[in-house]
Amino acid sequence: MASPASQTVPSSPPPWLALSGHAAIPLSELALGRSARVREVAAANPRIGRRLLDLGFVPGSSVRALRRAPLGDPVEYEVRGSRICLRASEASCIRVVPE
Amino acid sequence: MSQAATAPLRLGLLGSPNAGKTTLFNALTGLHAKVGNYPGVTVERREGSFAAGERQVTVIDLPGAYSLEPLSPDEAVVARVLSGELESPPQALLVVADACSLERSLLLVGQVLRRGLPTCLVLTMIDELQARGGKLDRDRLEQALGIPVLGVVGHRGRGVDALRQQLEHPERWSRPPLPPPESTEDRAAWADSILASVLRVRPGASRNTERIDRIVLHPVLGTLIFGVVMLAFFQLIFHWATPAMDAIDAGIRALSALARDALPAGLLADFLCDGLIAGVGSVIVFLPQILILFSLLYLLEDVGYMARAAFVIDRVMGRIGLEGRAFVSLLSSYACAVPGIMATRTIPSPKNRLVTMLVAPLMTCSARLPVYALLIGAFVPARQVAGPIGLQGLVLLALYLAGAAAALVVAALLKRTLLRGEELPFYMELPSYRWPTARLLLSQIWGSASAFLRRAGTIILAVSVVLWALLSFPRSEAPAGLSQTDAARHRLEHSLAGSAGRAIEPLIAPLGFDWKIGVGLLSSLAAREVIVATLAQIYAAADEEGSLRDAIRRDVDPRTGAPVFTPATVAALLTFFVFALQCMSTLAVLRRETNSWHWPAFAFGYLLALAYGASFVVYRVVSQLGG
Repeated sequence: MASPASQTVPSSPPPWLALSGHAAIPLSELALGRSARVREVAAANPRIGRRLLDLGFVPGSSVRALRRAPLGDPVEYEVRGSRICLRASEASCIRVVPE
Repeated sequence: MSQAATAPLRLGLLGSPNAGKTTLFNALTGLHAKVGNYPGVTVERREGSFAAGERQVTVIDLPGAYSLEPLSPDEAVVARVLSGELESPPQALLVVADACSLERSLLLVGQVLRRGLPTCLVLTMIDELQARGGKLDRDRLEQALGIPVLGVVGHRGRGVDALRQQLEHPERWSRPPLPPPESTEDRAAWADSILASVLRVRPGASRNTERIDRIVLHPVLGTLIFGVVMLAFFQLIFHWATPAMDAIDAGIRALSALARDALPAGLLADFLCDGLIAGVGSVIVFLPQILILFSLLYLLEDVGYMARAAFVIDRVMGRIGLEGRAFVSLLSSYACAVPGIMATRTIPSPKNRLVTMLVAPLMTCSARLPVYALLIGAFVPARQVAGPIGLQGLVLLALYLAGAAAALVVAALLKRTLLRGEELPFYMELPSYRWPTARLLLSQIWGSASAFLRRAGTIILAVSVVLWALLSFPRSEAPAGLSQTDAARHRLEHSLAGSAGRAIEPLIAPLGFDWKIGVGLLSSLAAREVIVATLAQIYAAADEEGSLRDAIRRDVDPRTGAPVFTPATVAALLTFFVFALQCMSTLAVLRRETNSWHWPAFAFGYLLALAYGASFVVYRVVSQLGG
C-alpha cells in the first residue's frame, strides 16, 4: 500500500542507536506535565510507525504528556497542536529526549 | 466565459477526523445529502450539490483521513477516490483543517498538494483560534502554500459565501510552484518553516476544555462521572419516555376502537384492527424511547464526551483485545445494532472492527425493550426491593447486564481464536468541548427517527399484513358447541401460522415454548419487537377484551389446564431474546459492512446456538427450583 520511497520508519532500531541516544527515553516513560522532543519512531510494525508519524510524532517535534486515563492507560499527549491518546504499548515505540 | 468554466464541477472534500468537515459540508449543501455507498466497498458515500454563481458544484464528502497512505477502510476509500480507482476522480479538492492544529494538519495538506489537483485550503474553527489567543496571517499562508486559503466558522455559516464564490473557478486557483516533500519528516520540516512565518501567536490550550477535563478526566471524579453518565443515560431513556409511550398506546387503542365501531364486523374490520393497527401500533409506541436515546447519544458525541468515555474505558476494552472506540460503538448498539455496527467504521483495525460488529447484536437494543417490558410487566411482581428500587427494574437491569457480559466474553473469545493477531496502533483524538448547534442535533435525531419510522412503515407493516393473513387463513370452521373464545382459538390453531408454530413446537418444547410462542418467534426473525405485535394479534383474535398483558397471564393450555406462561417459560423466553439475532436490518447491515454473507451467517448461527442453549439451561434450572 505504501509507496517505497515513503518508508522512513526503520523496521527495527539498529543496535548502535541505543548508545548514541543515551538521553532518549520511551515516550511512555515521560512524566506527566513534562515536554520532550521526538528523536525517532522505532516500531517493530511499520504500519504502527507510519501512523505515529502521520499523527505528528515526527522527529524534532515537541511533545508533552498531559494526563493519564483514570484506569492508568492510555495517556493523552499534546503534539503538533493536537491532543492524541496513546496506549503505553504505542508510546513506547517513540523515543524522546526530555527538555 | 469559456465552456469549461461553467461546466458542472466535481469537488472532493477531505480532511482529518474532527476537522469540521461534516459541518462545512452541511453549510455548503444545506443538508441535502445523497447518501449511498462507494461501489464495491462498504464505506458510506455522501454527496451534495449547490450552485456557485453560474456553476453547478457537486461535493463528495470523503471519509476523514489522517493520511493518504491508508490504514483504515475509510482512509483507503479516500486514496482510491483521488486516484480515480472507484469513480471518476474529483476535478478539484477542498482540504479542511482545524486552524488550531495546523502543525499536524499541514502534514496532510502537503500530501494532498503532491497530487497536483487544484486545491483550496479551508481553515475551520478560526473563532476558537482567536478565543485561544492565536494569531494567524492568512495572506502569508496563502503565499507560502501557493494555494487559496479561506477561513470559515461552519456552524455559524461565516465565510461560507466567500468560499462558494471561490468555488466558481477552481481552474483559476493558484498552484504551488513546487510540490511539498514526500517523506513525512521532510514534510514536517516544510510545515514548520511555513508556520514560523505564518503563525504569529501560537494558540494556547483551550481554557474551557482544560478546565472541564480537569474534572471529567480526574482519576477518581472521572470514573465516577463516567458511571453517573451511563446510569443517567438509561434512567432518562426509561423515565422520560413513559408518559409519551402511554399516550401513544392510548391513542392507538382509541383508533382501533374507532375503526371497529365505524366498520361492519367482518374481514375488513379484523384486518384493520387486528392486523394493521395492532401490528404497526405496537412498534410505533417505541418512538419516544428511540428519540430520547438518539438525542442523548448524539448530544454526548457532539459535545465531545464520547471520546472521553472511550478514553476512560479503554483500559477495560484493551483487556478483552478491543479498544475504546469499540465501546462507543457498543454503547450505540443499546439504541440499535444498526448504527452501532456503522459506528465501527472509525476503528482502523479490520479484525477489531469485525469482532466489534459480531458482538454488537448482543447489546440490549431498543427493539428488545417491548418484549422485556411485556413479559416483565406481566409476570414480575411490581414490588419494591429496597427504597425506590423495584424488582421489575432489577430484572430489566439484569437482562441488560447479561447481554453486555456476553458481548465482552464472546469478543474476548473471538480475539483469542478466530480473529487473532494483526496489531494496529491505538490512537484517538480528544476534541475540544463544543456546544452543537440545535440544527445539527435535530437533523441527526430526525435522520435516525425517520429511519426507524420507515422501518415500522415498511418491514413491520409488511410483516403485520402477511402475519394477519397467515393467522386468519384458511378460515376453518370450528366444531359446534365450543364457546366463542375456544372457537377463535381453534381457528387460530388451524391457520397457516398456527400450523407453522405447531410444526416447530417439538423443537422449542424443550425450552418450554408452545406453538403460539413459536409463531411469535418465527415472526420475530424479521425484527424482535414483531413478536409483541404477533402475540397481540394472536390474543386479539382469541380474546376480545383486556390488554395483551392480562391475556398472556390468563392463558392456559386447553389440554392440561396449566398456565402457558410459567415462570420457567418466561425466564427462558427472556433469555432467548437476550442472545438471539432476530433482526433483518442487522443482518443486512452486517452483509453490507463485511461485504460477505459469511459473517452475517456466522453471527446468526452462533447467536441462535447461544440463545437455544442458554434458554434450555434456564428453563431446566427454573423448573427445578419449582417454577
